[in-house]
Amino acid sequence: MDFNFSEEQSMLRDTVASFLQDRYNFDSRQKLINSESGWSAANWGAFANELGILGAPFAEDHGGLGGGAIENMIVMEEFGKALVVEPYLGTVVIGGGFLKHSGYAGAADVIGQIIEGKAVIAFAYAEPQARYTWSDIKTTAKKDGAGYVLNGHKAVVVGAPWATHLIVTARTGGAQRDAGGVSVFLVDKASKGIVTRDYPTVDGQRASEVYFENVSVPADALIGGEGAGLPLVEKVLDEAISATCAEAVGAMRRMHETTLDYARQRKQFGTAIANFQVLQHRMVDMFMNVEQSVSMTYMATLKLDESDVERAKAVSAAKVQIGKACKFVGQNAIQIHGGMGMTNELAVGHYFKRATMIEGLFGSVDHHLRRYETLSFGKAA
Amino acid sequence: MNLDFSPEDLAFRDEVRAFVSANYPAELRAKVDEGDEMAKEDFLTWHRILAKKGWVAPSWPKEWGGCEWTSTQKYLFSEEMARADAIAVLPFGVAMVAPVIYTFGTKEQKERYLPKIYNGEEWWCQGYSEPGAGSDLASLKTKAERFTGDDGKDYYLVNGQKTWTTLAQHADWGFFLVRTDPTAKIQEGISFLLIDMKTPGITVRPIITIDGGHEVNEVWLEYVKVPVENRVFEENKGWTCAKFLLAHERSGIAGVARSKRGVERIREMASAEYSDDGANLLKDADFKRKVAELEIDLTALEYTELRVLASESAGKGPGPESSLLKIKGTEIQQRITELALEAAGHYGAPYFRGFPADGDNMHPIGPDSAHRTSPNYFNTRKTSIYGGSNEIQRNIIAKMVLGL
Repeated sequence: MDFNFSEEQSMLRDTVASFLQDRYNFDSRQKLINSESGWSAANWGAFANELGILGAPFAEDHGGLGGGAIENMIVMEEFGKALVVEPYLGTVVIGGGFLKHSGYAGAADVIGQIIEGKAVIAFAYAEPQARYTWSDIKTTAKKDGAGYVLNGHKAVVVGAPWATHLIVTARTGGAQRDAGGVSVFLVDKASKGIVTRDYPTVDGQRASEVYFENVSVPADALIGGEGAGLPLVEKVLDEAISATCAEAVGAMRRMHETTLDYARQRKQFGTAIANFQVLQHRMVDMFMNVEQSVSMTYMATLKLDESDVERAKAVSAAKVQIGKACKFVGQNAIQIHGGMGMTNELAVGHYFKRATMIEGLFGSVDHHLRRYETLSFGKAA
Repeated sequence: MNLDFSPEDLAFRDEVRAFVSANYPAELRAKVDEGDEMAKEDFLTWHRILAKKGWVAPSWPKEWGGCEWTSTQKYLFSEEMARADAIAVLPFGVAMVAPVIYTFGTKEQKERYLPKIYNGEEWWCQGYSEPGAGSDLASLKTKAERFTGDDGKDYYLVNGQKTWTTLAQHADWGFFLVRTDPTAKIQEGISFLLIDMKTPGITVRPIITIDGGHEVNEVWLEYVKVPVENRVFEENKGWTCAKFLLAHERSGIAGVARSKRGVERIREMASAEYSDDGANLLKDADFKRKVAELEIDLTALEYTELRVLASESAGKGPGPESSLLKIKGTEIQQRITELALEAAGHYGAPYFRGFPADGDNMHPIGPDSAHRTSPNYFNTRKTSIYGGSNEIQRNIIAKMVLGL
């Protein structure tokens, strides 16, 4: 067992951290998320060309840095500290995950475009009627000649307004909630028949409702086997969850730090409120929540390549811890900042909003507790 | 970063497993499995077997019998011990006074005490708490005054009262914090003394705890004559030893491996109990949810401990972060006993101390697994109080880690 980062991994962290410190402070982020596009193509270009981090988890053969899940974890934690909105998660972690694990024929080509910053991917999986059951899909993909025709409505597709490509889950068979019959497609977002309604999200990102209206895609848009896509979706989403846990750790670390700073400065009853034991113990409990979250993020990340059951158990356990911690650390960060925590001017509220969205992203605490229970205790009687 | 065990690690694990399976007495295993109270000889039997093998004090310096194990080996060792329901090596000698002696003691002290601790020839107890000095340990009042005896040698005359002294009823020796300078600031007038428990003037009186057990004691010291050479480190510098002792050997404080075994027992118990709807309790949604949350919290603790162990083996000593391990570790131990009692249902109520009388051949009352659930629950409330209460641990983190 080894819990140390390699020299390359430490360098990666330092590189990302110092870039974000220089170029991605709170004010510049505020400008960015309030701009028309809501993101910075220039930042994306810098991630690709100056930092090279869009290739962090890809093999050197594909032009990447030869890393994997640990590199994603490092980047995502640093992104969490700066509340980065650019779609590393959708493009590199999720898009990259599908391309790496599916044996997709065009993978090398698309990965090359990701690394260069040319391909931006959003994952269209959720539907209005589906909660956190990834197989609950009404969107259909009907065979049409050599290709397929897609019809359906995908909900809250984060990063879709910036995307060049969508990865879409659709039914090629089976009933609405069946495990079988789920297929995954890589679709050019400019395809005819894709209609989007774009909007901002409460945590400063952009998303779309995406409607597929008789969208024709070629046969080679299919990623993985026809009708056999669900295990692939589960695997990639588990990777996305562990990366999201890392992002949450970054955001929680910042919330904790800024709360300590504020409590040291803020004076009431003639003394800094940091001197009150009630608040000290609350801040210790926040600290313990953050540290336990770090531990669970490592654990889940290091178990991503184990068997499906072990991987899923580890990831769900981590998401339970992170979901609870996001709520506890976030709510108490606001509480200890008092009225100031309620203002949009302070960064802490923005971290809280992101942490709150992460609580529900890819499954709530209850969802992951149930998933863990099913894997750990067997199906309910 | 990786979770892999090297072939050497796996060989080590197999060696430990084989040794424990061949050498751990079956009757001890049965006692631990049933949660029975351990007699003095039970502790010593296993201590001596481990000592003979050279594994009783792995963390000590090599010259005194330490093993120089990696953090992974320590982890594997504790996993194997818990897996086999092995009785714990008591901390008072091996993990508490010994590190103070080998770190601060004289050559003579090391040679006199360490081998006997190692071999289980002398049983130690800890004389820290007093009726007026619990969490505020430094306010202790037991005083030690120097005088020259009729034999021309220097002694301390010790007067005072210690309390919560665990297993002092078996102890040959005790390590005591005493006040040697009543005029100094409270932390600066304390010395660390090793006292032979057979010295005239020492009285040990049992304290019966809410579980009905006799684990802790009051220790009265009345005109107890202690040779000056029994002082460890400088006079009035005992607080240095005390702080060192508190921070030392935190690895293992979390009790992860034993708690994992505890959760397994809960699962075994619950799957043999009925739920309200007549199915088994482990399939009851509410009970299952509590077990799942416990397992997840235990996993978080396990990986936090592994991180702390890794940073220790990278040369950074045990830090105040280990207070986190104490808080979370004891909370989990308590939750395990809560769930066990809950699982026992009706049969958590019967009180078995002294009942049935010896020689009674009647069949037992309720399932064996239920017998000790309430005493264990009541007894385990101590864990968030002892060793610096969990509130004190939060004070330590606030001050030492968060800088508040």
